[in-house]
Amino acid sequence: MPIPLDTLFFAGALGLVAIGVVGMLASRHLFRVLLCLGLAEAGGNLLLVLSGYRWDSVAPILTGDLPVGVSMVDPVPQALVLTSIVIGVGMEALAVALLIRIRRAYGTLDGHALLARLREDLDERLGVAPDRSEDLPKGHAPFPAPAAKEQEVNP
Amino acid sequence: MTEWLALILVVMMLAAALAVVLVPNLVGAIAASSAVSLVVAVIFVVLRAPDVAMTEAAVGAGLSAAVLGLGVRRLGLWKLNEGKKDDA
Amino acid sequence: MRKAASLLFAGGLAFLLAVLVAKLPFGETPMVLGKQVLAQGAEQTGTANLVTSVVVGYRAYDTLGELSILFTAALALGLVLGKRNAAAPRDPDAGLVLRASADLLLPLLLVVGFYIILHGHLTPGGGFQGGVIVAAALFIPILARPSRGLDHGVLVWLESLAGALFILIGLAALFQDGAFLEPLLGKGELGRLLSGGTLPLLYLLVGVKVGAELTGLLVNLADAEAVE
Repeated sequence: MPIPLDTLFFAGALGLVAIGVVGMLASRHLFRVLLCLGLAEAGGNLLLVLSGYRWDSVAPILTGDLPVGVSMVDPVPQALVLTSIVIGVGMEALAVALLIRIRRAYGTLDGHALLARLREDLDERLGVAPDRSEDLPKGHAPFPAPAAKEQEVNP
Repeated sequence: MTEWLALILVVMMLAAALAVVLVPNLVGAIAASSAVSLVVAVIFVVLRAPDVAMTEAAVGAGLSAAVLGLGVRRLGLWKLNEGKKDDA
Repeated sequence: MRKAASLLFAGGLAFLLAVLVAKLPFGETPMVLGKQVLAQGAEQTGTANLVTSVVVGYRAYDTLGELSILFTAALALGLVLGKRNAAAPRDPDAGLVLRASADLLLPLLLVVGFYIILHGHLTPGGGFQGGVIVAAALFIPILARPSRGLDHGVLVWLESLAGALFILIGLAALFQDGAFLEPLLGKGELGRLLSGGTLPLLYLLVGVKVGAELTGLLVNLADAEAVE
């Protein structure tokens, strides 16, 4: 039982975007976040090209005579996606460079540990006492110092 | 006919996308993301966009994998024989 | 808990997008702009590939912006990675088979890349696709012999020259009482290699710039010293 083409392709493109977004939110490792960003980008590009598709049409390239009644697909979204893909790889390379820099500086790519380090650094720079929970009685540290829970998270 | 082809392509694409998220080994995940790009390129051909398909095949499946692979290598995370998710 | 929340969020996002998409017409797009391009593109620009007529003709200004984004990305990558520590160890050279095949592949890939760039206005392909292939061609020998490296000066010059020429061609159109980046020269016969006025020239410049920029990007990344 064949499923209609439009449902299939839209489901594929939306699925790609959804998987990318879930991956980005659920992954702790920053490199995995970058990979998932690439997935979401591919899904977005696919959606754009889908918006220019026409039934029973040919690619927008003139090769001899076009049969009567046959049209061409929309070239404008294709041109936009063309540039978007190349920009994507440039941004990806920049993100990889930033990851290398982060790992050199902090020794980890775990999002949670990095966030804790960032808060700690900010507090220290501003001269504020480290953030502690106010629900517990004074003098009792509710959780160990952030530096203690820094470890290599699996990718 | 086109429907079956499209069904196979979309299922392959989504399976590879899931592999990117779920495979514990980063090198394997990069290979899976490259496979996603390859299938997307074939879908672009089906959608009558040969220009975009060429770009996606060259960039997504080739150059992007090279960039990510180099990144993993320079990050010191290049491990090929990694069994379970626990022994990172 | 966090995973469940993100799953819920993504499910809601997918549902929202699906509802929006269900309203979109598939296969019968309105094509307000595209129809005009299809009807007049070949006459106005003289290119057989109408995507090319959009990329370097009607929306050439966007392409210029795209090139500047890529340039900024390459610049920022160099800035972020910083200067290489000269004492840091490099990867060893590859074996004989890889080195020999890298040398063999370089001319072949260069020919393929420039073929795709130069025929961008006739067949699928063009500056972006060909530029990526040229970048791959230049990068493969470096992958096989990391110790040899590549002359960054040549790349920078090529890139700046291509970018400057792109803008100069655009300014030349301005002085001929046209709009910025309007196609110049004769349109020629449709389907010939020498047709389309300045569009193939602009696409060649795009190809050279993309190729040089991506090569520089890859070489910078390969040159970065490994962590630990």
